[in-house]
Amino acid sequence: MSEKTIEMTCIVCPIGCNLKVTLDSNGKFLSVTGNRCPRGAAYAKEEVTEPKRILPTSIKVIGGELPLVSVRTEKAIPKKLIFEAMKVIRSSEVKAPVERGQILIKNILSTGVNVIATRTVKARFV
Amino acid sequence: MKIAVIGAGIVGSLIARKFTRYKVDVEIFEKLPDVGWGVTKANSGILHAGYDDEPNTLRAKYCSRGNEMYTALSEELNFEIKRTGSLVVAFNDEETKIVEELLKRGKTNGVKELRILSKFEALEIEPNLSREVVSALYSPNAGVIAPWEVAQAAVENALNNGAKLHLSTEVKSISKEGEKYKLNTSKGFFSFDAVVNAAGLWADELAESAGVKVTPIHPRRGQYILLDQPNAVRTVIFPTPSRAGKGILVLPTVHNTTLLGPTSEDLPPNEKEATDTTAEYLAKIVEKAKKLVPLVNLSKTIRTFAGLRPENDIKDFVIKRENNMIHIVATRSPGLTAAPAIAEDIVEEIVEKFDLQKRDNFNPVRKAIPKIADMGDEEKEKLISQNPSYGRVICRCNKVTEGEIVEAIKNGARTLDGIKFRTAAMFGRCQGSFCTVKIMNIMKRELGKDFEDITKNLPNSNVVDGVVR
Amino acid sequence: MKKLEYDVVILGGGAAGMGAVRGALSQKVSVLLIEREASTGGVLNQCIHNGFGVQVFKRELTGPEYHEMYLEKLEGFDAMYETTVLDIDSENGILKAISTDGVYEIKYGALVLATGARERPFEALRIPGSRPSGIFTAGLAQHFVNLENHLPGRKAVIIGSGDIGLIMARRLTLEGVEIEGVYEIMPYQGGLTRNVVQCLKDFNIPLYLSTSVVRVHGRERLKGITVAKFANGKPVDGTERFINCDTLIASVGLISENDLVEKNIEISSDGGAVVDDLMRTNVDNIFAAGNNICIHDLVDFVTVEGEMAGRNAARVAKNEKMAKRIGIFKKGKGIRIISVHYTTASDPFKMYVRVDHPMNVCTLRMNDTNLKTVLNAKPSEMIELTFDPSKHNLKGNLVLSATEVKR
Repeated sequence: MSEKTIEMTCIVCPIGCNLKVTLDSNGKFLSVTGNRCPRGAAYAKEEVTEPKRILPTSIKVIGGELPLVSVRTEKAIPKKLIFEAMKVIRSSEVKAPVERGQILIKNILSTGVNVIATRTVKARFV
Repeated sequence: MKIAVIGAGIVGSLIARKFTRYKVDVEIFEKLPDVGWGVTKANSGILHAGYDDEPNTLRAKYCSRGNEMYTALSEELNFEIKRTGSLVVAFNDEETKIVEELLKRGKTNGVKELRILSKFEALEIEPNLSREVVSALYSPNAGVIAPWEVAQAAVENALNNGAKLHLSTEVKSISKEGEKYKLNTSKGFFSFDAVVNAAGLWADELAESAGVKVTPIHPRRGQYILLDQPNAVRTVIFPTPSRAGKGILVLPTVHNTTLLGPTSEDLPPNEKEATDTTAEYLAKIVEKAKKLVPLVNLSKTIRTFAGLRPENDIKDFVIKRENNMIHIVATRSPGLTAAPAIAEDIVEEIVEKFDLQKRDNFNPVRKAIPKIADMGDEEKEKLISQNPSYGRVICRCNKVTEGEIVEAIKNGARTLDGIKFRTAAMFGRCQGSFCTVKIMNIMKRELGKDFEDITKNLPNSNVVDGVVR
Repeated sequence: MKKLEYDVVILGGGAAGMGAVRGALSQKVSVLLIEREASTGGVLNQCIHNGFGVQVFKRELTGPEYHEMYLEKLEGFDAMYETTVLDIDSENGILKAISTDGVYEIKYGALVLATGARERPFEALRIPGSRPSGIFTAGLAQHFVNLENHLPGRKAVIIGSGDIGLIMARRLTLEGVEIEGVYEIMPYQGGLTRNVVQCLKDFNIPLYLSTSVVRVHGRERLKGITVAKFANGKPVDGTERFINCDTLIASVGLISENDLVEKNIEISSDGGAVVDDLMRTNVDNIFAAGNNICIHDLVDFVTVEGEMAGRNAARVAKNEKMAKRIGIFKKGKGIRIISVHYTTASDPFKMYVRVDHPMNVCTLRMNDTNLKTVLNAKPSEMIELTFDPSKHNLKGNLVLSATEVKR
């Protein structure tokens, strides 16, 4: 009797299905309705067990044509770690030149996910 | 011999510049961080023909003479005048009568080339005028300028001829010390032989501080809406005036935009910084402007703004002399038009009194910042080959180049508004959303300023706050 | 004055312009790209968030990755950077541009307009009050944060719930700026639902619908704003609330950038360049693609349009005979925006529409023909329509409509 239903909007694709997710008394995923594709079901399950997000931000560059290089986590990381991850990223820096795809932080917060550069930053001509 | 000019608005700037023709030390005091940022910055920018000033007022004395003087002035100082002409539009017989009165008054005031137009003549001159027009008073001599540009030009020229400028220096009071006048300013005390007070909204308080009684000033607020509608109107269009004033106008600007306004709100004397716009009056502007020119398109709004005009109960300029002090108070409308004529009289008076001699090396010419947008191909090519930065467009709306921005900085721009009001960069439809960063980078390079220290206009108007990393 | 001549000249090196370069190069013609900025990429350079490339690259990328990866596909074209076009003479197929090298006169066989959009500035809304510093468009704030390494302020409100505003709410939150809330004057959100979820809900940032700013406070730097509830486009008396903040970020709409070409080509009442299914304007050798025809919500669609515009521009430059327009799309009931206004019905094609209000289930029709049914249709999200001349009658007036299906 202690099952409960929560509503959420799927963010996998731009359609944005309204999902109804049923959880058991321990908050464990039971079922989902409202999704129009299997990705939606997977999203719903992940969202109630361990929601994950890709984290896009930037890292300071030393001696670059730009002061920052844009970065992201290679894969989604647990949502609850986002602010912790930001602390690590904020205290990091990289020397120019930076290549796109270059791993700037390996295995951030032991998530198994690397932080990579999402653009090229050339060294500043001195 | 040392003369202080207080206030770098249109009146003070022109007076200071005129003094530099003579063997005299001129120092200009301005409370704000740049010239022309008070009353001068936010008004309609109209050179009035001079028909609506009651005879025997100082307004009537100076308006049409000032208007005429602007032509020669613009040739020396290289600022733009558009002689657009003006229409006072009557929508019924009663208004036609008032318009006819204005014609008579104009003739008394010595205004040339005034005439009444029929409905169809008015529509020929101004095709977008409301078809409800019955008749109109036409004055080909009215025009528009960017008032702050005149103040900048006059001050630049004055500085070239040896004047000294104290920006961000508020004169708090004037006192007499023997034969001299002591200015108590936010940056210390200064001593002068003569003082001209052209402190705009504060001219009355400053006169009082020197023990001179003048009719008090109260601010009269004018709100405006600026539209990105280049050819909406050709002339300055006034409704028929009423007791409340000249009414809400539709007019072209020197920047090819269309201006609607101003309102006329009399504020208490202590509200001399109350330049907020209000919903009620902005709505009123729209309503009145549409009555004159139905096709004004509010979806083309660039921005709104408001300015304060120094008004008094006698509705006229007050020029008060005491020993070697002259206080110019309440240069309300048409103060802008009248300014060159006022400046001429004031300076001549002091010149005679002190028997000042002319300098031999006075250079009356001020060079304007070259404007790529106004040049022909050959001229552009030549300038860019001399200085490639004139080929790098920074403000895409008004096609302002890096060369122009650098020149504005050389001419004294120290803030974003300083650049905006010298080059028209950030003045256009995008309001700086594309070019602000580029301009800040040029300022950083030219002035050695960090982004954090760059302001929009006033001291605490910083743009950014700290770094990300 | 330097004189140049190219088969295809492309104005703007953002997503649409880069697409046009690729499309034109596929036809083996000479291609010149003219870009105002110092590099290609346009706004992609500052859009460091993910969500790009799902269609074109079949994976989710950030803006800078999308830009660089797409650029790597392009080879064999000329480009002029920091170059601004000042005038187009479409009668003679000549344009004039300036750069630090001087004035250029460039003759084109065909022209592709890929000039994108600009943001509606906050000032254009005529909000009463003062005019302090601390007011930014979302794009300007994004530029400061992501490219210049500067924060716009410490406590911000976001006016308008367009995508860039939502993205900036998250971006600034991650960098320690307090976002008091997002205020939307309409009763529904302006941006994509996924952005409402991952940019606002993830960070507990409130989204206030039917609420917006009615007054700005502060003489030097912004000191705060007054917001109020809105009904029928007007503020409701008595609902005002003061918010203390030093930063206002406006995400209140994008405007197609067509000022340069207003005198040359037909512009729709929405401000977009009017094109047919070949991405051709009413001038036979001028094409347009991307945000200057209408505002898109996915860059991938812009790229695809750009490629088509470039390809067809090249065909015109080679004097290939192009099909004539035979059908006119019109906005019917429930439709606010259409991307394509005419069709030649020569090949199957895609176009996009936006509905004018949210609908749970909506049927899209062309005249009396059902095209498709869409769930959760929102004005913020483009709906793709596919037409096939062998299946659809595409002659004459083609009225597109969207009607809500009551269940």
